[in-house]
Amino acid sequence: MPAPLLVPAVLAVAFLVLPLVGLVVRAPWSAIGPQLTRDGVGEALRLSLLSATLATLVSLVLGVPLAWVLARSALRGRSVLRALVTVPLVLPPVVGGVALFLVLGRQGIVGRWLFEATGFSLPFTTAAVVVAETFVAMPFLVISVEGALRAADARFEDAAATLGADRWTTFRRVTLPLVAPGIAAGAVLCWARALGEFGATITFAGNFPGTTQTMPLAVYLALQRDPEAAIVLSLVLLAVSLATLLLLRGRWLGRAVHA
Amino acid sequence: MSLEARIVVRRGALEVDVELSVADGEVLAVLGPNGAGKSTILRVLAGLLTPDGGRVVVDGDQVWHDDDVALPPHRRPIGMVFQDHLLFPHLSVTENVAFGPRSRGVPRVAARAAATAWLDRVGLAGLGDRRPGQLSGGQAQRAALARALVGEPRVLLLDEPLSALDARTRLSVRAELHRHLTDYAGSAVLVTHDPVDAMALATRVVVVEDGRVVQAGTPAEVARRPRTDYVARLVGLVLLAGSGAGTTVALDGGGAVAVAAEVSGPVFVAVRPESVSLHLSRPDGSPRNVWPLRLVTATPHGSVVRCDLAGEMALTADVTATSFAELGLAPGAEVWASVQASEVAVYPR
Repeated sequence: MPAPLLVPAVLAVAFLVLPLVGLVVRAPWSAIGPQLTRDGVGEALRLSLLSATLATLVSLVLGVPLAWVLARSALRGRSVLRALVTVPLVLPPVVGGVALFLVLGRQGIVGRWLFEATGFSLPFTTAAVVVAETFVAMPFLVISVEGALRAADARFEDAAATLGADRWTTFRRVTLPLVAPGIAAGAVLCWARALGEFGATITFAGNFPGTTQTMPLAVYLALQRDPEAAIVLSLVLLAVSLATLLLLRGRWLGRAVHA
Repeated sequence: MSLEARIVVRRGALEVDVELSVADGEVLAVLGPNGAGKSTILRVLAGLLTPDGGRVVVDGDQVWHDDDVALPPHRRPIGMVFQDHLLFPHLSVTENVAFGPRSRGVPRVAARAAATAWLDRVGLAGLGDRRPGQLSGGQAQRAALARALVGEPRVLLLDEPLSALDARTRLSVRAELHRHLTDYAGSAVLVTHDPVDAMALATRVVVVEDGRVVQAGTPAEVARRPRTDYVARLVGLVLLAGSGAGTTVALDGGGAVAVAAEVSGPVFVAVRPESVSLHLSRPDGSPRNVWPLRLVTATPHGSVVRCDLAGEMALTADVTATSFAELGLAPGAEVWASVQASEVAVYPR
């Protein structure tokens, strides 16, 4: 292997892995038990798992049909639509949070109407956490499912049509089962992204323990007051990320590629 | 008249414009080379492809007509068998066959009963709980046939149903397919590039080249009197075009062929390669057709050697391996080719 490639590659690996090693090395292993059972920590973890799961469910309900439209329909301007949908992938999450605030906030374009009609204001609620996470994470699901749909043999859908199945029946009974591994992989990616969401959440939902303070927010706050707690919380998130990666590689991604 | 269609499709370089009609109980083979537009025709009949013009009429009911009538595929009275069976991999074989009835609103129990009965008919009794991946190629194609026929469609479309099978399996599945097509009361359209499939399964053949019907007739007519080089090669004949006067045909490309009957006007001359004999010197005696030609290539073909010849005409001769060895021919060699006038088929163009 040529040195001009090998040396930077080794540096890159070191750069990516060392911080994680540092986290594990500095972890106050004996204090993990008490830290995890402390007030607030369990709450933040529970809130994170709940909101990420809800965001994934919303993304599935809305994102799978969107992926189908992008992959299968004869809609004009599909490429423009795809570009629009993937903007949140590259947008700084804080900007996403600001944008959500401007639209769904009490003075926002939609939010004002909602507030006048129902007296309900979305920002700074647990629902706002779910909305912020969905905004940031759904594109991961859409892109993943669209890829699975494109890779799936569309002639199975032709066969279903010649057997009397309309497009909805075909989608339910043929397309969906065929791309299920891709949907599962997309859902896991989406869930992991939602779990780690910080910028859009703190901007749009704030940082209230018990209602909007998710794990990443708790980590950031703890680092200033109680570094030991921050390390423990970070370890928990690292463990969840690694578990996700293993799940994806071992079970779903592997099958999605071969399906 | 059960199926009647005119199909016009323009897709880039390919322009398809064909008329088909298939009576009840008839099996029409659409025979043609790859890229001739055969599958396009089938996809239009199925409703999977929107044509640029024409009509599709089943039992007198418009299924598609320019832009006023356009039934989507799932509302057409059709069944279709695909080249690589396309059984749904996530469903059992029984569920695959029951898929059509279920989609058309038959209750689950009745659909499964119908599926089981059809699996029995195609010789797959007891295999209904398997996944398609656990079937052999022949079994999968039988299951696909059962899936297409279980709904008793008025039109059965078969897209190269045997070409994905190995030679031995193809033989048995072809025989079975023949049996089911004989029993089938509706109109069947079989797309194939294999003349054996067309001859064995069809009651009528249309030959499609470059999107046009170039010949139509019974399998025997097409095999005996090919009208294009493609068909002639498929059925193993050499086709020469010329114009007749008396018992001589002057070929368009030069040279002349003596025939047994009096002919006049533009005609085709078809020569069977096994009726052509080769000699090192001009043969004496009766043959009226003797041409000095040059050997271009010689390829073993079963027990014979197929010799492609060029000269004042292009001809092919099948000679036995023994006589080929005795002649001691090498490519480029000068030979005399002879054919009895009575061995030459001649028919109007």
